[in-house]
Amino acid sequence: MRLSEGSPGTRILAFGGYQPAKVVTNDDLAQMVDTSDEWIRSRVGIESRRIAGPDESLADIASAAGGKALAASGLSPDAIDLVVVATCTPESPIPNIAATVATRLGIAAPGAYDLNAACAGFCYAMATASDAVRAGTARHVLVIGAEKLSQWIDWTDRSTCIIFADGAGAAVVGPVAEPDDPPGIGPVVWGSDGNLADKIYIADRNSFIVQEGQAVFRWATTALHPIARKACEAAGVDPADLAAFIPHQANLRIIEAIARKLGAPQAKVATDIVTAGNTSSASIPLALSRMAEQNELGSGDLVLLLAFGAGISYAAQVITIP
Amino acid sequence: MAMTDQEMLKGLGEIVDEVAGVPADQVTPDKSFVDDLDIDSLSMVEIAVAAQDKFGVEIPDDQLKNLKTVQDVLDYLRGAGVSA
Ligand SMILES: CC(C)(COP(=O)(O)OP(=O)(O)OC[C@H]1O[C@@H](n2cnc3c(N)ncnc32)[C@H](O)[C@@H]1OP(=O)(O)O)[C@@H](O)C(=O)NCCC(=O)NCCS
Repeated sequence: MRLSEGSPGTRILAFGGYQPAKVVTNDDLAQMVDTSDEWIRSRVGIESRRIAGPDESLADIASAAGGKALAASGLSPDAIDLVVVATCTPESPIPNIAATVATRLGIAAPGAYDLNAACAGFCYAMATASDAVRAGTARHVLVIGAEKLSQWIDWTDRSTCIIFADGAGAAVVGPVAEPDDPPGIGPVVWGSDGNLADKIYIADRNSFIVQEGQAVFRWATTALHPIARKACEAAGVDPADLAAFIPHQANLRIIEAIARKLGAPQAKVATDIVTAGNTSSASIPLALSRMAEQNELGSGDLVLLLAFGAGISYAAQVITIP
Repeated sequence: MAMTDQEMLKGLGEIVDEVAGVPADQVTPDKSFVDDLDIDSLSMVEIAVAAQDKFGVEIPDDQLKNLKTVQDVLDYLRGAGVSA
Protein backbone atom coordinates (compact mmCIF):
# COMPACT_ATOMS: atom_id res chain seq x y z
CA MET A 1 0.00 0.00 0.00
CA ARG A 2 1.15 3.55 -0.77
CA LEU A 3 0.55 6.69 1.28
CA SER A 4 -0.52 10.07 -0.04
CA GLU A 5 2.06 12.87 -0.41
CA GLY A 6 1.23 15.83 1.78
CA SER A 7 2.51 19.34 2.21
CA PRO A 8 5.01 20.11 4.99
CA GLY A 9 3.12 23.20 6.06
CA THR A 10 -0.29 24.76 5.53
CA ARG A 11 -1.66 28.27 5.45
CA ILE A 12 -4.84 30.26 5.12
CA LEU A 13 -5.26 31.76 1.65
CA ALA A 14 -8.33 33.95 2.21
CA PHE A 15 -11.29 34.73 4.45
CA GLY A 16 -14.93 35.61 3.91
CA GLY A 17 -17.80 36.55 6.21
CA TYR A 18 -21.55 36.92 5.89
CA GLN A 19 -24.17 38.37 8.22
CA PRO A 20 -27.90 38.31 7.46
CA ALA A 21 -29.41 41.74 6.70
CA LYS A 22 -31.88 41.90 9.59
CA VAL A 23 -30.47 43.86 12.55
CA VAL A 24 -32.01 43.15 15.96
CA THR A 25 -31.14 45.75 18.59
CA ASN A 26 -31.29 45.42 22.35
CA ASP A 27 -34.27 47.75 22.32
CA ASP A 28 -36.02 45.38 19.92
CA LEU A 29 -35.45 42.55 22.41
CA ALA A 30 -36.70 44.70 25.28
CA GLN A 31 -40.05 44.76 23.44
CA MET A 32 -40.14 40.96 23.58
CA VAL A 33 -38.70 40.06 27.01
CA ASP A 34 -38.05 41.81 30.31
CA THR A 35 -34.57 43.22 29.65
CA SER A 36 -32.84 46.48 28.76
CA ASP A 37 -30.15 47.85 26.48
CA GLU A 38 -28.09 48.85 29.51
CA TRP A 39 -28.24 45.37 31.09
CA ILE A 40 -27.29 43.57 27.87
CA ARG A 41 -24.41 45.97 27.10
CA SER A 42 -22.97 45.70 30.57
CA ARG A 43 -23.34 41.92 31.09
CA VAL A 44 -22.75 40.62 27.59
CA GLY A 45 -21.35 43.53 25.57
CA ILE A 46 -23.74 43.15 22.63
CA GLU A 47 -25.32 46.25 21.05
CA SER A 48 -26.99 44.55 18.12
CA ARG A 49 -27.00 41.23 16.32
CA ARG A 50 -28.13 39.82 12.97
CA ILE A 51 -30.90 37.29 12.54
CA ALA A 52 -31.61 35.30 9.38
CA GLY A 53 -34.76 36.02 7.42
CA PRO A 54 -37.56 33.44 7.36
CA ASP A 55 -36.50 32.17 3.91
CA GLU A 56 -32.80 32.16 4.65
CA SER A 57 -31.51 28.65 5.37
CA LEU A 58 -28.28 27.61 7.06
CA ALA A 59 -26.99 26.46 3.65
CA ASP A 60 -27.72 29.97 2.26
CA ILE A 61 -25.73 31.62 5.05
CA ALA A 62 -22.87 29.13 4.77
CA SER A 63 -22.73 29.47 0.97
CA ALA A 64 -22.61 33.26 1.16
CA ALA A 65 -19.54 33.22 3.42
CA GLY A 66 -17.91 30.30 1.60
CA GLY A 67 -18.41 31.99 -1.77
CA LYS A 68 -16.68 35.15 -0.55
CA ALA A 69 -13.68 33.25 0.80
CA LEU A 70 -13.40 31.23 -2.40
CA ALA A 71 -13.54 34.37 -4.55
CA ALA A 72 -10.98 36.13 -2.35
CA SER A 73 -8.61 33.14 -2.64
CA GLY A 74 -8.46 33.52 -6.42
CA LEU A 75 -8.78 29.74 -6.77
CA SER A 76 -11.17 28.20 -9.23
CA PRO A 77 -13.86 26.03 -7.63
CA ASP A 78 -12.24 22.86 -9.04
CA ALA A 79 -9.16 23.53 -6.95
CA ILE A 80 -11.16 22.78 -3.76
CA ASP A 81 -11.24 19.09 -2.90
CA LEU A 82 -12.70 19.19 0.61
CA VAL A 83 -15.48 21.27 2.18
CA VAL A 84 -15.95 21.25 5.95
CA VAL A 85 -18.83 23.09 7.60
CA ALA A 86 -18.64 23.56 11.36
CA THR A 87 -22.15 23.97 12.67
CA CYS A 88 -24.43 22.89 15.49
CA THR A 89 -27.64 24.43 14.18
CA PRO A 90 -28.74 22.70 10.98
CA GLU A 91 -32.45 22.53 10.21
CA SER A 92 -32.11 18.74 10.04
CA PRO A 93 -29.36 16.12 10.44
CA ILE A 94 -29.29 15.02 6.76
CA PRO A 95 -28.31 15.92 4.14
CA ASN A 96 -25.27 17.66 5.52
CA ILE A 97 -24.75 21.34 4.77
CA ALA A 98 -21.28 20.91 3.27
CA ALA A 99 -22.32 18.95 0.17
CA THR A 100 -25.09 21.42 -0.63
CA VAL A 101 -22.78 24.38 -0.19
CA ALA A 102 -20.15 22.76 -2.42
CA THR A 103 -22.62 22.21 -5.23
CA ARG A 104 -23.94 25.75 -4.98
CA LEU A 105 -20.44 27.14 -5.24
CA GLY A 106 -19.67 25.02 -8.29
CA ILE A 107 -17.19 22.81 -6.46
CA ALA A 108 -17.56 19.45 -8.19
CA ALA A 109 -17.58 16.32 -6.02
CA PRO A 110 -15.30 17.36 -3.16
CA GLY A 111 -15.15 15.49 0.12
CA ALA A 112 -17.83 17.21 2.20
CA TYR A 113 -18.83 16.87 5.81
CA ASP A 114 -20.30 18.84 8.71
CA LEU A 115 -18.52 18.93 12.04
CA ASN A 116 -20.16 19.63 15.38
CA ALA A 117 -17.99 20.92 18.18
CA ALA A 118 -20.54 23.65 18.97
CA CYS A 119 -18.92 27.06 19.43
CA ALA A 120 -15.47 25.45 19.19
CA GLY A 121 -16.28 24.14 15.72
CA PHE A 122 -14.29 26.54 13.55
CA CYS A 123 -10.96 25.82 15.25
CA TYR A 124 -11.68 22.08 15.07
CA ALA A 125 -12.50 22.39 11.37
CA MET A 126 -9.38 24.47 10.73
CA ALA A 127 -7.26 21.81 12.45
CA THR A 128 -8.76 18.90 10.52
CA ALA A 129 -8.48 20.84 7.25
CA SER A 130 -4.85 21.68 7.89
CA ASP A 131 -4.09 18.06 8.82
CA ALA A 132 -5.79 16.83 5.63
CA VAL A 133 -3.56 19.08 3.54
CA ARG A 134 -0.48 18.00 5.46
CA ALA A 135 -1.41 14.36 5.01
CA GLY A 136 -2.16 14.85 1.33
CA THR A 137 -5.80 13.74 1.50
CA ALA A 138 -6.80 17.20 0.29
CA ARG A 139 -4.95 20.07 -1.35
CA HIS A 140 -7.31 23.01 -0.81
CA VAL A 141 -10.06 23.00 1.78
CA LEU A 142 -12.96 25.38 2.17
CA VAL A 143 -13.63 25.67 5.90
CA ILE A 144 -16.88 27.32 6.96
CA GLY A 145 -18.34 28.10 10.38
CA ALA A 146 -22.06 28.78 9.95
CA GLU A 147 -24.92 29.02 12.40
CA LYS A 148 -28.59 29.77 12.42
CA LEU A 149 -28.97 29.81 16.19
CA SER A 150 -32.19 31.78 15.91
CA GLN A 151 -34.05 28.57 15.07
CA TRP A 152 -32.90 26.90 18.30
CA ILE A 153 -33.65 29.82 20.63
CA ASP A 154 -36.69 30.33 22.81
CA TRP A 155 -37.47 33.97 22.04
CA THR A 156 -39.26 34.30 25.38
CA ASP A 157 -36.16 33.22 27.38
CA ARG A 158 -34.21 36.34 28.25
CA SER A 159 -31.17 34.40 29.45
CA THR A 160 -30.43 33.12 25.93
CA CYS A 161 -32.24 35.24 23.34
CA ILE A 162 -30.11 38.27 24.20
CA ILE A 163 -26.89 36.39 23.42
CA PHE A 164 -27.15 34.16 20.36
CA ALA A 165 -27.34 35.21 16.70
CA ASP A 166 -26.87 34.08 13.10
CA GLY A 167 -23.94 34.39 10.70
CA ALA A 168 -21.15 32.61 8.88
CA GLY A 169 -17.45 32.97 8.23
CA ALA A 170 -15.07 30.98 6.07
CA ALA A 171 -11.44 30.41 5.19
CA VAL A 172 -9.63 28.65 2.37
CA VAL A 173 -6.81 26.43 3.63
CA GLY A 174 -4.03 25.14 1.41
CA PRO A 175 -0.35 24.19 1.33
CA VAL A 176 2.39 26.74 1.90
CA ALA A 177 3.54 28.33 -1.37
CA GLU A 178 7.08 26.88 -1.18
CA PRO A 179 8.02 23.80 0.87
CA ASP A 180 10.47 25.86 2.94
CA ASP A 181 8.00 28.62 3.79
CA PRO A 182 7.11 28.91 7.46
CA PRO A 183 3.73 27.31 8.26
CA GLY A 184 0.70 29.60 8.48
CA ILE A 185 -1.39 27.32 10.70
CA GLY A 186 0.08 26.17 14.01
CA PRO A 187 -0.67 22.95 15.90
CA VAL A 188 -4.10 22.77 17.47
CA VAL A 189 -4.47 22.38 21.23
CA TRP A 190 -7.89 20.90 21.78
CA GLY A 191 -9.92 19.07 24.37
CA SER A 192 -13.30 18.48 25.93
CA ASP A 193 -15.04 17.68 29.21
CA GLY A 194 -18.27 15.74 29.09
CA ASN A 195 -18.76 16.28 32.82
CA LEU A 196 -19.94 19.76 31.87
CA ALA A 197 -22.29 18.56 29.11
CA ASP A 198 -25.29 19.81 31.10
CA LYS A 199 -24.05 23.42 31.20
CA ILE A 200 -25.17 24.25 27.63
CA TYR A 201 -27.47 21.93 25.71
CA ILE A 202 -30.52 21.43 23.54
CA ALA A 203 -32.47 18.52 25.03
CA ASP A 204 -34.22 17.23 21.90
CA ARG A 205 -35.63 18.29 18.54
CA ASN A 206 -38.54 20.15 20.13
CA SER A 207 -36.37 22.07 22.58
CA PHE A 208 -34.28 25.22 22.67
CA ILE A 209 -30.83 26.15 23.94
CA VAL A 210 -30.55 26.07 27.72
CA GLN A 211 -27.48 27.18 29.64
CA GLU A 212 -26.24 27.71 33.16
CA GLY A 213 -24.76 31.10 32.45
CA GLN A 214 -22.72 31.54 35.59
CA ALA A 215 -21.22 28.07 35.46
CA VAL A 216 -20.21 28.64 31.84
CA PHE A 217 -18.78 32.04 32.74
CA ARG A 218 -16.77 30.55 35.60
CA TRP A 219 -15.40 27.74 33.46
CA ALA A 220 -14.50 30.08 30.60
CA THR A 221 -12.67 32.56 32.81
CA THR A 222 -10.79 29.79 34.64
CA ALA A 223 -9.90 27.04 32.18
CA LEU A 224 -9.20 28.78 28.90
CA HIS A 225 -6.22 31.11 29.27
CA PRO A 226 -3.93 28.12 29.95
CA ILE A 227 -5.20 26.51 26.71
CA ALA A 228 -4.50 29.74 24.84
CA ARG A 229 -0.96 29.84 26.22
CA LYS A 230 -0.42 26.16 25.34
CA ALA A 231 -1.38 26.87 21.73
CA CYS A 232 1.26 29.62 21.61
CA GLU A 233 3.82 27.26 23.13
CA ALA A 234 2.94 24.47 20.68
CA ALA A 235 3.51 26.89 17.80
CA GLY A 236 6.71 28.26 19.32
CA VAL A 237 5.19 31.74 19.42
CA ASP A 238 5.75 34.14 22.29
CA PRO A 239 2.38 35.70 23.28
CA ALA A 240 4.21 39.06 23.16
CA ASP A 241 4.57 38.57 19.37
CA LEU A 242 0.84 38.14 18.71
CA ALA A 243 -0.70 40.91 16.61
CA ALA A 244 -4.18 39.85 17.63
CA PHE A 245 -6.17 37.54 19.86
CA ILE A 246 -9.48 36.30 18.49
CA PRO A 247 -11.39 34.31 21.08
CA HIS A 248 -14.88 32.94 20.42
CA GLN A 249 -17.25 35.88 20.77
CA ALA A 250 -19.33 34.44 23.61
CA ASN A 251 -19.57 37.37 25.97
CA LEU A 252 -17.44 40.54 26.06
CA ARG A 253 -16.79 40.01 29.77
CA ILE A 254 -15.36 36.53 29.05
CA ILE A 255 -13.27 37.93 26.19
CA GLU A 256 -11.83 40.67 28.41
CA ALA A 257 -11.11 38.32 31.30
CA ILE A 258 -9.26 35.79 29.13
CA ALA A 259 -7.35 38.56 27.34
CA ARG A 260 -6.27 39.99 30.69
CA LYS A 261 -5.00 36.60 31.85
CA LEU A 262 -3.32 35.69 28.56
CA GLY A 263 -0.54 38.24 28.99
CA ALA A 264 -0.37 39.65 25.47
CA PRO A 265 -1.08 43.32 26.17
CA GLN A 266 -0.03 44.48 22.69
CA ALA A 267 -2.39 42.12 20.85
CA LYS A 268 -5.57 43.59 19.39
CA VAL A 269 -8.50 41.74 20.92
CA ALA A 270 -11.48 40.98 18.71
CA THR A 271 -14.74 42.47 19.98
CA ASP A 272 -16.93 41.57 17.04
CA ILE A 273 -19.61 40.41 19.48
CA VAL A 274 -20.70 44.05 19.88
CA THR A 275 -22.43 44.04 16.48
CA ALA A 276 -22.59 40.32 15.71
CA GLY A 277 -23.76 38.69 18.94
CA ASN A 278 -22.63 35.17 19.79
CA THR A 279 -22.71 33.30 16.49
CA SER A 280 -21.12 30.10 17.83
CA SER A 281 -18.79 28.50 15.25
CA ALA A 282 -19.14 31.53 12.96
CA SER A 283 -17.84 34.06 15.46
CA ILE A 284 -14.09 33.59 14.93
CA PRO A 285 -14.06 33.57 11.11
CA LEU A 286 -16.51 36.50 11.09
CA ALA A 287 -14.22 38.50 13.36
CA LEU A 288 -11.16 37.46 11.35
CA SER A 289 -12.64 38.46 8.03
CA ARG A 290 -13.89 41.77 9.38
CA MET A 291 -10.53 42.64 10.97
CA ALA A 292 -8.70 41.69 7.76
CA GLU A 293 -11.16 43.66 5.61
CA GLN A 294 -10.80 46.78 7.74
CA ASN A 295 -7.00 46.48 7.59
CA GLU A 296 -6.75 45.97 11.33
CA LEU A 297 -4.57 42.98 10.51
CA GLY A 298 -1.69 42.89 8.06
CA SER A 299 -0.17 40.12 5.99
CA GLY A 300 2.09 37.91 8.10
CA ASP A 301 0.53 38.94 11.41
CA LEU A 302 0.41 36.19 14.02
CA VAL A 303 -3.09 35.70 15.42
CA LEU A 304 -4.20 33.40 18.23
CA LEU A 305 -7.62 31.77 17.81
CA LEU A 306 -9.40 30.29 20.83
CA ALA A 307 -12.78 28.62 20.49
CA PHE A 308 -14.94 27.05 23.20
CA GLY A 309 -18.49 26.04 23.88
CA ALA A 310 -21.00 23.29 24.52
CA GLY A 311 -19.66 19.79 25.03
CA ILE A 312 -17.80 21.24 26.73
CA SER A 313 -15.22 21.43 23.94
CA TYR A 314 -12.43 23.82 23.10
CA ALA A 315 -9.61 24.32 20.61
CA ALA A 316 -6.91 26.91 19.96
CA GLN A 317 -4.24 27.53 17.36
CA VAL A 318 -1.98 30.29 16.08
CA ILE A 319 -2.40 31.30 12.43
CA THR A 320 -0.80 33.87 10.13
CA ILE A 321 -2.81 36.38 8.14
CA PRO A 322 -2.44 35.82 4.37
CA MET B 1 -2.99 29.06 54.98
CA ALA B 2 -2.48 31.54 57.84
CA MET B 3 -3.40 35.19 57.41
CA THR B 4 -4.42 38.10 59.61
CA ASP B 5 -7.76 39.85 58.96
CA GLN B 6 -5.77 42.77 57.62
CA GLU B 7 -3.90 40.57 55.14
CA MET B 8 -7.09 38.93 53.94
CA LEU B 9 -8.77 42.30 53.44
CA LYS B 10 -5.75 43.58 51.55
CA GLY B 11 -5.72 40.47 49.32
CA LEU B 12 -9.44 40.79 48.61
CA GLY B 13 -9.00 44.50 47.84
CA GLU B 14 -6.33 43.68 45.27
CA ILE B 15 -8.64 41.15 43.62
CA VAL B 16 -11.55 43.57 43.45
CA ASP B 17 -9.25 46.22 41.99
CA GLU B 18 -7.98 43.86 39.31
CA VAL B 19 -11.35 42.36 38.39
CA ALA B 20 -13.60 45.40 38.60
CA GLY B 21 -11.29 48.40 38.73
CA VAL B 22 -12.56 49.44 42.16
CA PRO B 23 -9.64 50.96 44.14
CA ALA B 24 -8.53 48.54 46.87
CA ASP B 25 -8.87 51.15 49.64
CA GLN B 26 -12.63 51.31 49.03
CA VAL B 27 -12.95 47.61 49.78
CA THR B 28 -13.79 47.78 53.49
CA PRO B 29 -15.72 45.16 55.51
CA ASP B 30 -19.00 47.07 55.71
CA LYS B 31 -19.31 47.56 51.93
CA SER B 32 -21.95 45.76 49.89
CA PHE B 33 -20.55 44.54 46.57
CA VAL B 34 -23.63 45.33 44.53
CA ASP B 35 -24.91 48.48 46.25
CA ASP B 36 -21.69 50.21 47.33
CA LEU B 37 -19.02 48.94 44.96
CA ASP B 38 -21.21 48.54 41.86
CA ILE B 39 -20.04 44.97 41.30
CA ASP B 40 -22.39 42.66 39.40
CA SER B 41 -22.92 38.90 39.57
CA LEU B 42 -20.41 38.16 36.80
CA SER B 43 -17.67 40.18 38.52
CA MET B 44 -18.51 38.25 41.70
CA VAL B 45 -17.76 35.03 39.81
CA GLU B 46 -14.40 36.47 38.72
CA ILE B 47 -13.69 37.52 42.29
CA ALA B 48 -14.47 33.97 43.46
CA VAL B 49 -12.12 32.53 40.83
CA ALA B 50 -9.33 34.90 41.83
CA ALA B 51 -9.97 34.25 45.54
CA GLN B 52 -9.48 30.54 44.92
CA ASP B 53 -6.04 31.24 43.40
CA LYS B 54 -5.07 33.61 46.18
CA PHE B 55 -6.53 31.97 49.29
CA GLY B 56 -6.86 28.35 48.14
CA VAL B 57 -10.57 28.34 49.01
CA GLU B 58 -13.26 27.45 46.49
CA ILE B 59 -16.44 29.52 46.61
CA PRO B 60 -19.10 27.59 44.63
CA ASP B 61 -21.83 29.49 42.74
CA ASP B 62 -24.57 28.49 45.23
CA GLN B 63 -22.55 29.90 48.15
CA LEU B 64 -21.43 32.95 46.21
CA LYS B 65 -24.94 34.36 45.90
CA ASN B 66 -25.20 34.60 49.69
CA LEU B 67 -22.05 36.69 50.03
CA LYS B 68 -23.36 40.25 49.90
CA THR B 69 -20.73 42.25 51.75
CA VAL B 70 -16.95 42.27 51.96
CA GLN B 71 -17.31 40.98 55.55
CA ASP B 72 -19.40 38.04 54.27
CA VAL B 73 -16.52 37.00 52.00
CA LEU B 74 -13.95 37.39 54.76
CA ASP B 75 -16.10 35.27 57.08
CA TYR B 76 -16.54 32.64 54.39
CA LEU B 77 -12.79 32.44 53.74
CA ARG B 78 -12.16 32.13 57.47
CA GLY B 79 -14.81 29.44 57.86
CA ALA B 80 -13.46 27.52 54.88
CA GLY B 81 -9.94 27.17 56.12
CA VAL B 82 -7.93 30.39 55.97
CA SER B 83 -6.63 30.41 59.54
CA ALA B 84 -5.74 33.46 61.58
C1 LIG C 1 -26.22 34.65 30.68
C2 LIG C 1 -25.53 35.71 31.48
C3 LIG C 1 -25.45 37.01 30.71
C4 LIG C 1 -26.37 35.95 32.73
O1 LIG C 1 -25.68 36.84 33.60
P1 LIG C 1 -25.67 36.55 35.16
O2 LIG C 1 -25.00 37.67 35.81
O3 LIG C 1 -25.12 35.17 35.33
O4 LIG C 1 -27.21 36.59 35.42
P2 LIG C 1 -28.05 35.94 36.57
O5 LIG C 1 -28.88 34.89 35.94
O6 LIG C 1 -27.24 35.62 37.76
O7 LIG C 1 -28.93 37.19 36.89
C5 LIG C 1 -28.45 38.37 37.51
C6 LIG C 1 -29.58 39.33 37.63
O8 LIG C 1 -29.93 39.85 36.34
C7 LIG C 1 -31.28 39.53 36.01
N1 LIG C 1 -31.32 39.17 34.59
C8 LIG C 1 -31.02 37.98 34.03
N2 LIG C 1 -31.13 38.04 32.69
C9 LIG C 1 -31.51 39.30 32.41
C10 LIG C 1 -31.79 39.99 31.20
N3 LIG C 1 -31.68 39.40 29.99
N4 LIG C 1 -32.14 41.28 31.28
C11 LIG C 1 -32.24 41.90 32.46
N5 LIG C 1 -31.99 41.31 33.63
C12 LIG C 1 -31.62 40.02 33.61
C13 LIG C 1 -31.62 38.38 36.90
O9 LIG C 1 -33.00 38.32 37.13
C14 LIG C 1 -30.85 38.71 38.15
O10 LIG C 1 -31.50 39.70 38.88
P3 LIG C 1 -31.48 39.67 40.50
O11 LIG C 1 -30.04 39.75 40.88
O12 LIG C 1 -32.26 40.88 40.83
O13 LIG C 1 -32.11 38.38 40.84
C15 LIG C 1 -24.12 35.28 31.90
O14 LIG C 1 -24.19 34.29 32.89
C16 LIG C 1 -23.30 34.79 30.74
O15 LIG C 1 -23.17 35.42 29.71
N6 LIG C 1 -22.63 33.62 30.93
C17 LIG C 1 -21.80 33.04 29.89
C18 LIG C 1 -22.71 32.35 28.91
C19 LIG C 1 -22.05 32.14 27.60
O16 LIG C 1 -21.11 32.81 27.23
N7 LIG C 1 -22.56 31.16 26.85
C20 LIG C 1 -22.07 30.83 25.57
C21 LIG C 1 -20.82 30.03 25.66
S1 LIG C 1 -20.38 29.48 24.08
